[in-house]
Amino acid sequence: MIGRRQAIAAGAATLLARPALAQKKNPPGVTDTEIKIGQTMPYSGNASAYGVNGRSHAAYFRMINDQGGINGRKINLISLDDGYSPPKTVELARQLVERDQVLFLFAPLGTQCNTAIHKYMNQKKVPQLFVATGASKWGDPKHFPWTMGWQPDYRTEGVIYAKHILQTVKEPKIAILRQNDDMGADYVEGFRETVHGFKGALGGDASKLIVADATYEVTDPTVDSQILQLKNSGANVFYNVTTPKFAAQAIKKAAEIGWKPTHYIVNVAASIGNVIKPAGFDASQGIITAQYVKDATDPRWFTEPDYKEWRAWTEKYSPTAVPGDTTTTTGYAAAFSIVQVLKQCGDDLSRENVMRQAANLHDVHVPMLLPGIKLNTSPTDFYPIDSVMLSRVEGEHWSLFGDLISGRA
Amino acid sequence: MAAIGSMTASANGWAMKRGFGPVAILFWILLALLPMLELVTDDPSFDYYMFMGQSMLIYAIAVLGLNLLIGFNGQISLGHSAFFALGAYTAAIMMTFAGWPFWATLPIAAAVCFGAGFLFGFPALKLEGHYLALATFTLAIAVPQLLKYKPIAPWTGGVGGVLLEKPEPPEWLGLSVDQYLYYLCLIVAMLMFWLVFNLLRSRSGLAMMAIRDHTMAAGTMGVDTSMYKTVTFGISAAITGVAGSLSAITIAYVAPDSFTLQLAISFLVGLVVGGLASLPGCLIGGAFIVLVQNSAQSISDWMKTSFALRYDVPAWAIYGVLLLLLMYVMPTGVMGGITVLRHKIAGRRSTRVNAPSPTVVRPGKTAGETTPAA
Repeated sequence: MIGRRQAIAAGAATLLARPALAQKKNPPGVTDTEIKIGQTMPYSGNASAYGVNGRSHAAYFRMINDQGGINGRKINLISLDDGYSPPKTVELARQLVERDQVLFLFAPLGTQCNTAIHKYMNQKKVPQLFVATGASKWGDPKHFPWTMGWQPDYRTEGVIYAKHILQTVKEPKIAILRQNDDMGADYVEGFRETVHGFKGALGGDASKLIVADATYEVTDPTVDSQILQLKNSGANVFYNVTTPKFAAQAIKKAAEIGWKPTHYIVNVAASIGNVIKPAGFDASQGIITAQYVKDATDPRWFTEPDYKEWRAWTEKYSPTAVPGDTTTTTGYAAAFSIVQVLKQCGDDLSRENVMRQAANLHDVHVPMLLPGIKLNTSPTDFYPIDSVMLSRVEGEHWSLFGDLISGRA
Repeated sequence: MAAIGSMTASANGWAMKRGFGPVAILFWILLALLPMLELVTDDPSFDYYMFMGQSMLIYAIAVLGLNLLIGFNGQISLGHSAFFALGAYTAAIMMTFAGWPFWATLPIAAAVCFGAGFLFGFPALKLEGHYLALATFTLAIAVPQLLKYKPIAPWTGGVGGVLLEKPEPPEWLGLSVDQYLYYLCLIVAMLMFWLVFNLLRSRSGLAMMAIRDHTMAAGTMGVDTSMYKTVTFGISAAITGVAGSLSAITIAYVAPDSFTLQLAISFLVGLVVGGLASLPGCLIGGAFIVLVQNSAQSISDWMKTSFALRYDVPAWAIYGVLLLLLMYVMPTGVMGGITVLRHKIAGRRSTRVNAPSPTVVRPGKTAGETTPAA
């Protein structure tokens, strides 16, 4: 009986499989030799420093193509400059989807830019995968099943800092410096809610814990006056929500005026090469951040195999990359992740299957992520990386401490 | 600023004499027929081209607003992105919070921007030439930041902006969303061009141009120069504001980063490339804004692959070179260039009906003083 049932099942399977073979119609963006994917990236404008992301992706795909591609197909990344302007992102996304017929968009950058195309991509049912922004709204498979984030979101990171402050600092008086944009807002929102919730539970006046909250614009020349203002507030904790240039200025200025709070800088600015070194190691001792990628300037990783591979890749494919620029590392890891998804797809490179496989990552080890951090997704979990580790500046490097923390749980 | 006077000279006559003549009518009819191409092509990216058409028309309207101010009234503005933003946010807020239909937001946006432009016109009266340029420049810089301002964030959405619903075309029209929005932009554009065309032919238009050519003389002739200058500023802002609200409707999202100084500069570039004081030039300017940035990137990619370069060729440098070349070949903009060409072919000189008088620099005076407003 069982044998017969199996035979019928097998027969049905072949019958079902046959039309699929007979059609042999390639999904958009896919041929027998190529997978075409698209991307928008700020190569010009206020956020052009992030353009390194796109260059790293392209360099990683060049390496994959040199190695023969994925199942014999080479990756063709069309990466276009949107200048960080949302209307331009809409125009370019439509060009990529409708004219260039890409299979999906990979890591378009910027919260406002991705918001502008969020609905469009989901209406068109084209994957918007591993978007390069830390906003928390990208993991919403119920309403936006075609969009997925990648990095730990800013909100969660803010929650982690707040918890750490409340656990370790006695009578904290917190001063915040933040960039006046969506990143700054997200980081501070999660942070503020946690602080308020905590103190509220103890019955105290929660709003008094945060004693100063200063903002700056990304176009400002310096943040010197904000730092003076924050120091004068009498704060003993400094939550530094800035991008690299301003983070370095803030650290330097605080040291100059002799302000020594417990200092937290956000992951976005946690770069030894771009921030800590220019600000001065003396001024930076003890600064705390949350990390998920390995710091490429830290000799501790130099002997690890994934570091060696990464190093060889930068030398051959990305010779202009600055070693201390974390963007090169995150770009590399993100490109690795998408290649993993494409490998998992096998020969079924339909948009549906790409999305299915992106939501089907289990303990994927990604090079250059911190030990223990793995990609995990499911049809209901669209946050691939959701744990981080705290670390502080010791000497000339980040020194990890504590366990892996997941803010979402 | 005297340069504006001389640059408009050749373009102006053509624009005013033949602006809505048979050629123009034929051109608008062609634009109206473009969406019908869908019947003969099976290009899957047709809707994308319709979307590009919308963007070009929207920028053309914005450039038209700027042209009225700079080309026909001789006042400089580097801040028109602010009015574009104001129009966009007016539309977005009315649609989201008051539930207004998209088309009804256009006149409101025009009224709001007229008010803002008119009020800004008052301090602008005291400033001329470069000083006015700087004053308007502050508008362009301040607005993206003001839009993030906390107390108004519940309406503007702060840094996150406001998401909108794209309007659905009525079923009996049988159009796609993009065709429908293209027609919306086209109809609004035609209306705006027609209004401006008539305005310029009226006594008020003559007064505007008289102020541009010689403010003091215009005043002596009985033109209320302050009133005309502020009202022109208002109308110019209103037209650009309408373009802004169209942009909000077609993009279905407004955010502070969409309205940077870069946008104000691209309006100005579109205006100068199309041709100052030329109405058809506005359409060319609109197309230029959309197309040339993209082509600069394509050229950059093409250079990189075909010459096997190791490093990227910066697309904005190519854009700069393209712009320089264009200004060198056609110093009075595309429409100015076409006019010069037409005259060369026809072998006759321009009659210059409404053209400003050639700038005369008298001894002991700077060019700016002889043509104070231009």
